[in-house]
Amino acid sequence: MIKRDLVVVGAGPAGMAAAISAYKAGVRDILLLEREQFLGGVLNQCIHTGFGIEYFKEVLTGPEYAGRFIKELKNLPEINLSLRSFVIKLNCDKVLTFLKPGQMEQVKAKAIIMATGCREKTREMVHIAGSRPSGIFSAGLAQKLINIEGVLPGREVVIVGSGDIGLIMARRFTLEGAQVKAIIEIKDRTSGLLRNVIQCVKDYDLPLLFNHKIKRIYGNQRVKKVSLAKVDKNYNEIKDSEFFIDCDTVLISTGLIPENELIEMADIKIKSEDDLNKTSLPGVFVCGNSYKVYDLVDSATKDSQEAGTMAAEYIRSLNA
Amino acid sequence: MYDIGIIGGGVVGTAIARGLSRYKLNIALFEKEEELAFGVSKSNSGIIHPGTQNSPTSLKGKLCLAGNRLIRKISKELGVDYKEVGELIVAFNQDELAKLNKLKRQAEILGVRGLKIVSPGWLKDNEPNLNSQAIAALYAPTAGIISPYRLAYDLAESALSNGVEFYTSTKVESIIKHGKDYFEVGTNKGVYKTKFLINAAGLFSDEVANLLGINDFSIKPRKGQEFILDKKKEYLANHLIFPLPTKISKGILIIKTSDGNPMIGPTAETARDKYDLSTSDQGLAKVFDSARRLIPSIKEEDTIAYFSGLRPVAGDDFIIRHEDKVGGLITVAGIQSPGLTAAPAIAILVCNLLKKNGLSLKKKLKFTSTRKKTTNLFALKPDQAKKLIKKEIGYGDIVCRCELVSAKEIRDSIRRGGRTMDGIKFRTRAGAGRCHGGFCTTRIMKILAKDLDKPLLEITKKGPGSEIIKGIRNND
Repeated sequence: MIKRDLVVVGAGPAGMAAAISAYKAGVRDILLLEREQFLGGVLNQCIHTGFGIEYFKEVLTGPEYAGRFIKELKNLPEINLSLRSFVIKLNCDKVLTFLKPGQMEQVKAKAIIMATGCREKTREMVHIAGSRPSGIFSAGLAQKLINIEGVLPGREVVIVGSGDIGLIMARRFTLEGAQVKAIIEIKDRTSGLLRNVIQCVKDYDLPLLFNHKIKRIYGNQRVKKVSLAKVDKNYNEIKDSEFFIDCDTVLISTGLIPENELIEMADIKIKSEDDLNKTSLPGVFVCGNSYKVYDLVDSATKDSQEAGTMAAEYIRSLNA
Repeated sequence: MYDIGIIGGGVVGTAIARGLSRYKLNIALFEKEEELAFGVSKSNSGIIHPGTQNSPTSLKGKLCLAGNRLIRKISKELGVDYKEVGELIVAFNQDELAKLNKLKRQAEILGVRGLKIVSPGWLKDNEPNLNSQAIAALYAPTAGIISPYRLAYDLAESALSNGVEFYTSTKVESIIKHGKDYFEVGTNKGVYKTKFLINAAGLFSDEVANLLGINDFSIKPRKGQEFILDKKKEYLANHLIFPLPTKISKGILIIKTSDGNPMIGPTAETARDKYDLSTSDQGLAKVFDSARRLIPSIKEEDTIAYFSGLRPVAGDDFIIRHEDKVGGLITVAGIQSPGLTAAPAIAILVCNLLKKNGLSLKKKLKFTSTRKKTTNLFALKPDQAKKLIKKEIGYGDIVCRCELVSAKEIRDSIRRGGRTMDGIKFRTRAGAGRCHGGFCTTRIMKILAKDLDKPLLEITKKGPGSEIIKGIRNND
């Protein structure tokens, strides 16, 4: 079994910031595990601007923001990088089991920082009735298809939920020549940032429907249409308000959930918000979107740096 | 000229194909969908019933019991995981207890073994999450679980290795009987001749029968909505848990599945048509209300997937018969529950019907009854996994993070017949977990495109018309 002072799981913005700050706080034996082939996590597919305004006082794209940390990381050979490394287990003795092509390894750490990000709520979690054809995507998957794979998931799009990814994807689809037929929000206001409402919806004159819900998806092989209805203040459907929109694509943008299955399986609990980055097991920290879902990467970076410092302090206390 | 043509590649058609493949026969199987098991079978609950819920005089009852015994041997031969978890039919009052006793007597007449009525104390020890108001349950230890599509795929693979020819994306459009000699089966892919014909066309078996002038049954699809819960809840229940059955269905159950995720459902409602696989808000409410009566702690937010299936109902019992009006035609219709359990027994019955009606059955010198078990990384113990990953690099290359599926497993499933995203999902579970493909869809699409040598634009969810993407940059 390999032994390390600190293992950081996930090399998105949170994991990179945590690893670098732990280094700056004196930790020299760090392993950073990343399941993808690249560093940067979800920022790689966020090719729009708006990152770094608070942290760097500059307007950057996602890959540019990530790039700054990647560069810094590559200049720190003490931070050992392991790409395509997928953690399958964490236990209470701080042993992590991970897979990579051709290998299954175990590593025992003095401290662990989990920076595993979040996942999107699915159509299944929000219970949209109807059929199950192709053409239903989470907004983030559609973003990956367009920005990373260079393909167009659909031509006539209805977006469910007005979270930031949904709004950004409304603009993205429009720029790619697809038609955004509606953005549906059950509340009377958007759950995304104001700047996204202006830059992604208003500037392109896209229909954002508040107090509406999606009722049903139609189509056997591919999405054909959806039915929508108006709702009252309590989100109850208003009688006879149902109407249909023809479309070939439904995007689900109804929120994000921290991805903490490894911690859960180890029966480790994440502490409340006033106990930033801490868990019920001393020496195991959680940061970034796996700790809580952040609106801005800038804030996730700051809090994750804190996690790095905390881990360094913890390791020091063990050695003392 | 084939000796046998089988119409329909669900679990019934593939079980018949495999059953007949031990004889010296030329056999063809026609399936209209792009992959096997894409009709009724794909939404089966995966329960191997013990025989507690069908009348001892019915074909359903007899074939269920026989199938329950056969499945153990077949699952071993094919390397399909079969787990005998046992079932509980729960009673909440004296009236229901009386009905339980009646069910028990009936099942004992049929020949179901090991039945007993268990007490609240037993239930508390063995099924701690069960509603504590239960006063008794009928325990049937011989109930089990299996993956319905993997069973169908592995039956087909076994049949294939024993010489059966499979025609997928091949829809039967016309059938002509030529004198006493042979059938001419017209499909979208060409015309095939066969001496005997087996109609195992599931929801469409009435339409196939109509092509030959058989009009005395029709299939009325009965919809069942099911909800799959997160694997985290695997130990919510230790057994299959049933309420008392009603006249038309076994009720809404707590189902253990061979993949670990608990499932609740199904509803029993008349479907709009044979393509209506939609779910509804009412179905959701009904399933959760009923399931909570059995296990009160079930939560809606644990749902990771839902779907509807259609039962091909043709009256009260299965219809399995030789059509004397059209010599050489065997009808296998109305195979709803317990059809999965009965499938291996149906295959034997069909063999006997063929023999009785003039087909000579000579055993092949060499019949390969076994196949190599498909590897699922998620099912391996850590030391086994470690060895395997060292030997085969691709097992350490994880594609589906929620269900732990490697690139190697996905490539294998394509080599074994996977053609679509759903086909890959059924075979490997890639994309079936809590993120529902949010993270792995692109990677699976790319592996499919590469291994099938197809452009990304042609990769589908479940066959033509369900392409995933609409355009490629610079190539629109």
